[in-house]
Amino acid sequence: MDFLLQLVVSGVVTGGIYALIAIGFVVVYKATGVINFATGELMMIGAFFAWTAMTALHAPFVVALAVAAIGAAAVGALVERVVLRPLMGQRAISVIMVTIGLSSIFKGIAQIVWSGEYRSFPQIFPRRPILLGPVLLPSRHAYPFLIALAAIALLALLFRFTRTGVAMRATADDQATAFGMGIDVRRMFSFSWILAATTAALAGIVIGTIGGISPQLGAVGLRIFPVVILGGLDSIGGALVGGVVMGILENLAGGYLDPLLPGGGVKDVVPFAALVLILMVRPYGLFGTRDIERL
Amino acid sequence: MTTPETPPLLAVNNLEVVYHHTVQVLKGLSLSVPEGRIVALLGSNGAGKTTTLKAISGLLPLEDGAVEAGAVLYRGEDLSRLLPHQIARRGVFQVREGRHVFEELDVDENLRCATYARRGRGGVAEDVEKVYAYFPRLAQRRGSLAGHLSGGEQQMLAIGRALVARPDLMLLDEPSLGLSPLLVEEIFGIVRRINVEQGTTILLVEQNAAMALEVASYGYILESGKIVLDGPVERLKQDRDVQEFYLGRRGGQRKSYRDVKHYKRRKRWLS
Repeated sequence: MDFLLQLVVSGVVTGGIYALIAIGFVVVYKATGVINFATGELMMIGAFFAWTAMTALHAPFVVALAVAAIGAAAVGALVERVVLRPLMGQRAISVIMVTIGLSSIFKGIAQIVWSGEYRSFPQIFPRRPILLGPVLLPSRHAYPFLIALAAIALLALLFRFTRTGVAMRATADDQATAFGMGIDVRRMFSFSWILAATTAALAGIVIGTIGGISPQLGAVGLRIFPVVILGGLDSIGGALVGGVVMGILENLAGGYLDPLLPGGGVKDVVPFAALVLILMVRPYGLFGTRDIERL
Repeated sequence: MTTPETPPLLAVNNLEVVYHHTVQVLKGLSLSVPEGRIVALLGSNGAGKTTTLKAISGLLPLEDGAVEAGAVLYRGEDLSRLLPHQIARRGVFQVREGRHVFEELDVDENLRCATYARRGRGGVAEDVEKVYAYFPRLAQRRGSLAGHLSGGEQQMLAIGRALVARPDLMLLDEPSLGLSPLLVEEIFGIVRRINVEQGTTILLVEQNAAMALEVASYGYILESGKIVLDGPVERLKQDRDVQEFYLGRRGGQRKSYRDVKHYKRRKRWLS
């Protein structure tokens, strides 16, 4: 029983971090109808920003977070303005291809600037694990989880209560009408890229503190894609639930099935198996809107 | 009241609109809307009424439509090169056909979106309350998602957004679409009140010609992309063709299909 509880709790913890990454996808998709396949690379770049601030400039973690957030926001704004705005009105598939190209470019830049070596963050969180009843949480998972939760809560509040947040939701809902309200839809696109890049940077740092960083860190972004699909591409709440479900699923599969198989690795297959099953039953995800094809 | 000599608030001159580079929808349409009035634009399905409004509000490019020739002059400025949000911020606000409320936002949030069209930030709370005074039914539902409102309530919300935007010129597209006669009556009453109490100039597109001619002071009749008839509503109401084909009246007798064909022939002469 304790083993099960342990698996579920650490599943929830990984799930929270997955959710944060998934939200990076959702924010851009909701606003612009584009699936941003460079999300993983934005994570990687953001993580490197923070790492550079901490190692080269010896900045404290909180400052490094701020540096990474600002840097990532700038990258997001730049990408939107230089690459995506000229493509406005083009078919979504062309723009999606461009984001795949962007991901390669980011990887290349990271190779040049930070080399392909594997780096790890200096010790940030207290080493003492956290005890929740019978469940033991390693601190390097628990603190990142709390950061992810805080970021998700902040985003939710922003979308719910700020004027810009409401305008972004309106734009996501009906672009032409939002335009007619006097909302500068192009600025909302820009904001959504900035938000997505910042969210991704945070997620990258969080993942980086757990397992180290390299230009290949972005691969995690694609592994999160099942979470995004599970929750529905256009639902932030869905991303949260999808992340947690996927985290638990992975952990249960890893805990119970892996020991039975000679090769193991069920953990990595389960999300994609679940993805296929869910798409067969609900093609628009658990919380997605049905008419997701609008642009 | 404006005298005929003062330039109109809105003047559309020889407007030609083409969709997808091939389909011509407006073929040299001209109309003018004097300040403070309600002007009705009538016509059957596909005549180009909505296209005319979209050409004014700048929404055409979003549907791969383009103004090929002519001009849309608002207070002397050509709108046809501006983006929709810039036009809205100049005081021209469109209430689109089919309501187009933000379904995933609640009523209050929908109203607050329209504040982007305002010049200056003050007075929003008062204007939101004003909307609820015009439409008490919306006040009861201010926290519900707009997608859960009835069709009539959504139309009220769409007009309410326009009130919050405080436009000088409101473009109203088919406010009666899909509503019960009682609601149509109510909505048109409020349209008239907005015109009188807020001094908002209104360009009204309607299929319900009887209702539109009731509130408007001047009317245009649009067929296949051109104005075929215009005049003060009193004169339009007396016009035999208008009575027959827009108001459905003709001295008590039922019309036969031969007359319709006869009219079609005459129409070709007109256009």
